Amino acid sequence: MMKTLPRLLAAAVTSLPLIAHSAALEINIGYVGFEPDHGPVLSNILPEPADAGLKGAELGINDNNTTGRFLKQHYTLHSVSTEQPTEVVSAAIRLYDQGVRLFVLNLTAEQLTAVERELPDDVLLINSGSQDNRLRTQACVPGMLHTIPSRAMLTDALAQWLASKRWNRWLIIEGNQNDDQLYAASLERSAKRMGAKVIERKQWDFDTDLRRTAQKELPPFTQTDEYDVVVVADERGDFGEYVPYNTWYPRPVVGTQGMSPVAWHRVVEAWGAAQLQSRFEKLADRWMNSRDYASWAGVRTLGEAVTQTRSSDPAELQRFILSDKFQLGGFKGRKLDYRGWSGQLRQPIPLVHPRALVSQSPQEGYLHPKTDLDTLGFDASESQCSVKGDA
Amino acid sequence: MFKPPFIKSLLLSALLAAPAAQAATAYVSNEKDNTLSVIDLDTLEVTKTIDVGERPRGIALSKDKTKLYICASDSDTVQVMDLATHKILNNLPSGEDPEQFSLHPDNRRLYISNEDDALVTVVDTESHEVLAQIEVGVEPEGMAVSPDGKWAVNTSETTSMLHWIDTETHELVDNTLVDQRPRHVEFTKEGDILWASSEIGGTVSVITVADRQIIKKLNFKIRGVHPDKIQPVGVKLSADGKYAFVALGPSNHVAVVDAKSYEVLDYLLVGRRVWHMEFTPDQKYLLTTNGVSGDVSVIDVADMKVIKSIKVGRYPWGVVTLD
Repeated sequence: MMKTLPRLLAAAVTSLPLIAHSAALEINIGYVGFEPDHGPVLSNILPEPADAGLKGAELGINDNNTTGRFLKQHYTLHSVSTEQPTEVVSAAIRLYDQGVRLFVLNLTAEQLTAVERELPDDVLLINSGSQDNRLRTQACVPGMLHTIPSRAMLTDALAQWLASKRWNRWLIIEGNQNDDQLYAASLERSAKRMGAKVIERKQWDFDTDLRRTAQKELPPFTQTDEYDVVVVADERGDFGEYVPYNTWYPRPVVGTQGMSPVAWHRVVEAWGAAQLQSRFEKLADRWMNSRDYASWAGVRTLGEAVTQTRSSDPAELQRFILSDKFQLGGFKGRKLDYRGWSGQLRQPIPLVHPRALVSQSPQEGYLHPKTDLDTLGFDASESQCSVKGDA
Repeated sequence: MFKPPFIKSLLLSALLAAPAAQAATAYVSNEKDNTLSVIDLDTLEVTKTIDVGERPRGIALSKDKTKLYICASDSDTVQVMDLATHKILNNLPSGEDPEQFSLHPDNRRLYISNEDDALVTVVDTESHEVLAQIEVGVEPEGMAVSPDGKWAVNTSETTSMLHWIDTETHELVDNTLVDQRPRHVEFTKEGDILWASSEIGGTVSVITVADRQIIKKLNFKIRGVHPDKIQPVGVKLSADGKYAFVALGPSNHVAVVDAKSYEVLDYLLVGRRVWHMEFTPDQKYLLTTNGVSGDVSVIDVADMKVIKSIKVGRYPWGVVTLD
């Protein structure tokens, strides 16, 4: 014990600068996480974990190392988490200067663009944080892969399910944050695609404390022409938790609260997911969420590519990841791979309420010439990105 | 609904023309009911349901067929059941979350996959001692011991490897990388070839034991079924060496493969989410466990037809048969 402790500490605290072990292939993966202060929210009873994303990346490293042990490959995570937006780019540059070439980035769209701009080209960047639709359509970041679903994938997954229930009249309520408006815009796009009608789109900007007055404020706020469902766009969880059961009409609530489309949630347990959940809980002492899943998938993507190519060269890994040989077991019931245009990880989207899985999209009957997973989010013709061409 | 009973019995006696001296029996583990269903293989009816430990998955017979070993995954133990009395004799120290296992030809050493712990535990079924724990990949699942007893092969689902364990030294000596999420391994009777299914990869690898190299990779294609739903899990080889049967999970089909040419001959429609299979002792029928529909399909091997489905408990997982 005395012998191993200093070495373990050293590995945990300062594994930089990187020294290659003899014979074994050393793979260094950088993780940069932005952990913003979301400001005061009304619903703060069950706060989101601050290390969402980081724990997923750590589990991914553990999984990679268990495999790597048999192949003489060793993975190390070099993680930086900050709540200062100004520190994000310098952290990435610092990691690059220390030799890191493979990055999983749990960042905002603007930060991702800045990191790509400031780093040299010999890197592989995976976005595990931003759901921004523009990154998958016009504001393409050269060479970037995305493991976290875009907002469009989430809202399409929701819209398909609502269409299958024939709940076609929506009332959209959005918060006053920029992200809420992006989510609401994505909902409008999905409604149009699935033939749903948005009865009204209202912004919640009241400043009363809904914990006390939800029962009084929300019914009149949701008193509009009749709708089948209330769709909430409140990404940071300010007022949305108070909408269910307080609507004017007796109607279900979906979107960012109520029943939600997610990349991951504790209630997903089929297809071996129970094992991933229990590994994660052992490591993190909490439930695994969408950001954890996306970062885990990013690190595992790199691990799979290294296993198959026996290389740690970013360009070679990227070529392999975007080839038809790549497959990732993602505990979602089918193999996952990446779209050659936007670099987006194709994946089924679970629809969950806080205690159970309701459904998983794509819904049956949504067909696509290549794969029904491409009925979620932006297809090749809707995107100007060409990540495969960048490679 | 009223059904004249005599028609059913007439049908059954027509199906089971050869009367057996003593009824052969099948045991099926029901993962979400914590029970075993006992099926009379003459009448193809469930005759009894037995309470066992939590989340029973893999089940296996002792070589003398007097005992049944049951992986009670959520009870973190392997239960030993006396087949004459259906009483649990004792619990073996299996390590956490045992899922599948395989008994060595010596009838003593049981090789157990501990799914949550990335370990294979070797237990002496007589002394109840843990003989060894071997570190393997993430989510160990399938387990098979070669007929000569030399190899124990484990599959790890997230690592996508077959781990070759020398049963003399209990050292891991080789690894074979296969497609995503290997679920099950099955040796031929001669022990020269190993079949390994990859659930998410959608393939079955055929491997020569001597050099641990893949010599053939089987792909499956079913009309009207999305390729992603074709997920090979269980593999069974007929005793005459002619056929391999591959259970294809949520595609609800079992593939019939020529075990010599590796050509896929047919796909048989069974219940929903088919995972594991076993032949009846006379090799006449193949039973399949269908998790989502909660039943067992009976395949007539000579006719290659599904002749019956038998309702069992919730999420049937493993199946064994004996005379």
